Amino acid sequence: MTAPHESSPATTADDPVALSPTGVAGETPGPPGELGGSDPGLPLPADLPAPEALVEKMLQAYPSKVARRRRQHLKANDPESPPPIQANSRTVPGIITQRGCCYAGCKGVVLGPVPDIVHLVHGPVGCSYYSWLTRRNQNRPAEGIANYGAYCFTTDLTEEEIIFGGEKKLAAAIREAYELFHPRAIAVFSTCPVGLIGDDVHAVARAMRKELDVNVFGFSCEGYKGVSQSAGHHIANNGLFTHVVGTEEPEGPYTGHPFRINVLGEYNIGGDAFVIDDLLERCGIELVATFSGNTNYGELAQAHTADLNVVMCHRSINYMAEMMEEKYGIPWLKINFLGAEATAKSLRRIAHFFGDADLIARVEAVIAQETAMIAAEREEIRSRCEGKLVMLYVGGSRAHHYQQLFADIGMPAVSAGYEFAHRDDYEGREVIGSIRVDADTRNIEELTVEPDPVRHQPRRTSQELAALHAKGLTTHDYDGMMRDMASGALIIDDISHHELQTLIEAYSPALVCSGIKDKYVVEKMGVPCKQLHNYDYGGPYAGFSGALTFYREIDRMLDLQVYRYVRPPWVDEPLDVPG
Amino acid sequence: MTALPGQAPSDGIRGDTGAPGGTAAGGKKAGTGKKAGTGKDGRPVSTTNACRMCMPLGACLAFAGVEGTVPILHGGQGCATYIRRYLISHFNEPLDIGSSSFDESATVFGGEADLAQGIHNLVTAYGPQVVGVATTCLAETIGEDVPQILTRIRRGDAHLPEIIGVSTPSYAGTHADGYQAAVTAVVEALAGDEPGDGVTLLPGIVSPADLRHLHELAGAFGVPATVVPDFSDSLDGPIAAEHPRLRPGGTPLHGLARCGGNIAAVTLGGLAAPGVANAGELLHERFGIEHHRLPLPIGIRLTDDLVHVLTLAFGHGPAPWVEAERGRLVDAYVDGHKYLSGRRAVVYGDEDLVVGIAAFLSEIGIRPVACASGGRSGNLRSALRTAAPELADLEDLQVVEDADFERIDALTRETAPDLLVGHSKGYPTARALGIPLIRIGLPIHDRLGGQRLQHLGYRGAQRLFDQIVNTLIEREQSSSPVGYAYM
Ligand code: SF4
Ligand code: SF4
Repeated sequence: MTAPHESSPATTADDPVALSPTGVAGETPGPPGELGGSDPGLPLPADLPAPEALVEKMLQAYPSKVARRRRQHLKANDPESPPPIQANSRTVPGIITQRGCCYAGCKGVVLGPVPDIVHLVHGPVGCSYYSWLTRRNQNRPAEGIANYGAYCFTTDLTEEEIIFGGEKKLAAAIREAYELFHPRAIAVFSTCPVGLIGDDVHAVARAMRKELDVNVFGFSCEGYKGVSQSAGHHIANNGLFTHVVGTEEPEGPYTGHPFRINVLGEYNIGGDAFVIDDLLERCGIELVATFSGNTNYGELAQAHTADLNVVMCHRSINYMAEMMEEKYGIPWLKINFLGAEATAKSLRRIAHFFGDADLIARVEAVIAQETAMIAAEREEIRSRCEGKLVMLYVGGSRAHHYQQLFADIGMPAVSAGYEFAHRDDYEGREVIGSIRVDADTRNIEELTVEPDPVRHQPRRTSQELAALHAKGLTTHDYDGMMRDMASGALIIDDISHHELQTLIEAYSPALVCSGIKDKYVVEKMGVPCKQLHNYDYGGPYAGFSGALTFYREIDRMLDLQVYRYVRPPWVDEPLDVPG
Repeated sequence: MTALPGQAPSDGIRGDTGAPGGTAAGGKKAGTGKKAGTGKDGRPVSTTNACRMCMPLGACLAFAGVEGTVPILHGGQGCATYIRRYLISHFNEPLDIGSSSFDESATVFGGEADLAQGIHNLVTAYGPQVVGVATTCLAETIGEDVPQILTRIRRGDAHLPEIIGVSTPSYAGTHADGYQAAVTAVVEALAGDEPGDGVTLLPGIVSPADLRHLHELAGAFGVPATVVPDFSDSLDGPIAAEHPRLRPGGTPLHGLARCGGNIAAVTLGGLAAPGVANAGELLHERFGIEHHRLPLPIGIRLTDDLVHVLTLAFGHGPAPWVEAERGRLVDAYVDGHKYLSGRRAVVYGDEDLVVGIAAFLSEIGIRPVACASGGRSGNLRSALRTAAPELADLEDLQVVEDADFERIDALTRETAPDLLVGHSKGYPTARALGIPLIRIGLPIHDRLGGQRLQHLGYRGAQRLFDQIVNTLIEREQSSSPVGYAYM
């Protein structure tokens, strides 16, 4: 089996067909380290500036009170014992952040991708406009499944409604949407002013559900709640769990297929989910629902019938995984389909969770075939990229996941951080109990979930789970980003514009990964910037074929010749003017 | 359900399918079908695919065009982030917008302390000469008295730079209104009457390329103009070896100091919702400067109007190149007329731009059959009539304010034009109906170079003219069984 960060073995690469599934099925599963545990990050060069000195330099530009607060968000990494970092706390006003709002996390991230729900934004016009098709999640709806993705519905509140209340208008807008499409469901999202004028979107949703006999549900995801998109993820999870998951039963028995899973926290940016869906299918794993890329309302409604939840973006969807485990007895497993090695490991984790020899063999065959397909080019690109430094500041999981993709081609992360993650995404889930809950978080509802009297069926007994854990297949667990990063790497939570500029000057990285808000600052500084929110309109990057696409993209970006032209020749070497 | 849009595979961002105005949308909601909306006059009460952005976006754009200014939004941090990302996706340039980052308690007790802290931190990190404060719906809904708050903040710290506040609740106006309001607030705060011998130009929302051209055009009279605002550098700046924290560019503050003492002020465009004050009028009232209101100078006639006004103000004509450019444009009109005559177009976008473009189209022989905007000035029709009197007689010209794309889509289906002229948001309609889209204005996020699109002056008209003619030629060429290689 392939060890992490090593090139793929030529034996399998040369002749994938020779590796017959049955041949592998007889093998015993690899040692636990290959199914679980952390992958130590690639080591950093010795001559980098000391992280502590950089922290001081960044803090200099702040008033002392702000500097004191910010210091808690900037940590030099220790993978053996991750340092406690302050995260998920409010951005200091006036510090220019990448973060968005609760509504963005709820509507934009989690619910927005579902194609056959009408998403109606209750509020003034801007909030809906700015989330209109800006997230690049894609859909290939099956026959008979509608796609309202190109629409942007809003009540577009006017001054009068702000003064006298917008409930009537909301009801009318729901009716209009229903008349127009007869959708399976209508979701209503509240933006800031709505919470303040006292509109009860839930009451309106209930009334309309009765009147129209269609599932209408509301989200109190006003932008001022919480400190970032993160609060919105939680609210979205709660709403989806309450109003959608488990509301439909499949025709036929629960366990018609032996390996039924949901993929949680995969939003199909740039078509990633298409690749994942295809991989799973070839492995013989049945996908019930994806939360929430390239899926649909009916799949989500039946998601409780799966036997395993695999979690991509822990930050945005771990609530759903936990609640489904509590209510229906479905265990969850952290996986990552970004990076060839990471994908192989994730597929193995799923196969070994089910423990079926044929499944394991099929998965190994697929891995061998895919690895062979990309091996030669990966090596070639690796020879050019190896050792070049990357910095990643993005989202709530990608800053971690993409390090594994970069590791495939030998590029270490010198600094990384999340935009809206919590401490557990940095340090691992074991710190959850010790996270101080501040006022901003306390306001986000925590659902109390009981086992379903009828439908709660533990998919694995506690003994079975213990046996899996012994193999490294720890369910409901996530180790966080720090354990997978080099010692001395600089971890930065909620990076500001100013800090980013300071670090680019200090580290001169070969590449920065971020989002559109930073992209052009970085590129003006002469460093290429890859957007990991919208993929710069590229992708897919998931799985093996996606990884290859990404390697090529990085290879191209690191070889960008245009920066040679930044300084005009006459600045450095004044030309002799004849005459 | 078979008529539902989007049943085919679709890629979200491209909006390839599921275009607005599939049968369901066009027919039932906005069109003439029976299941019209539930509003009073049978029109829908909700907005589907809006054709306007929100007020603070416009304010940020205006502030970005003033030297040394950093904008900050008073309200939820999401608004600042959304607006930043939206403007950045059009300009492909960095843009900093701060936020007072309201939390839940601020919605109850007010956000004064947050705003004070936000301004303080911005000033420490960026060292701006001006801080532009615009409100979001949130601050407005809880009734923050921002002018009062700013007075207290200024009083509390003598070292703060100039702070300019503007009220921009989006439920009351569009991005174009927010832009106007912010320009007026800037002029109110910073304009002086130091004597100048140039002109003050106050354009509506145009591109950096347009702003550069306005400098050129007015500069053709021998004296540099004061263009307010001017984001031609700050939002379309060159890549450089140095990277200052504060973006260079913007109307210089010393320019603002004389914009009331110049020889004349000219508002270009300036359609806005009732209640939004006009900067040129303010200059006129306060400093007695001669003030003209003209449509955006698009095409020969409207550019002639501007050149005429400037000629009178300066007492002499422009440099010869202006007339030469004009002459070449007339020449091009002669050459291209046969490809355009009798064609029909639907125009949508900001009101100022719609007026200028419609007048230009009419001038080159294309008949505007629908002019739509998300704006709500109440004056779109009369402005069209002023800019292009011949349009007043067109009985079948539909002029629609407060339009969304569902409406624009329906209008397009109804009128079956040869061209759509507007920004990127019309693409799904263009695609669904197979009608070419001539991209103008903002936002342009499905093409490169929105910031370099030039609309103004003879030169802007020349570019537009060539693009339109060639689009129509290409269409004919590629659909012809013969495949003509000569026009
Ligand atoms: S709340 Fe108002 S200001 Fe903020 S994004 Fe929405 S419409 Fe714009
Ligand atoms: S108003 Fe609130 S919900 Fe809308 S974008 Fe701003 S912060 Fe987000």
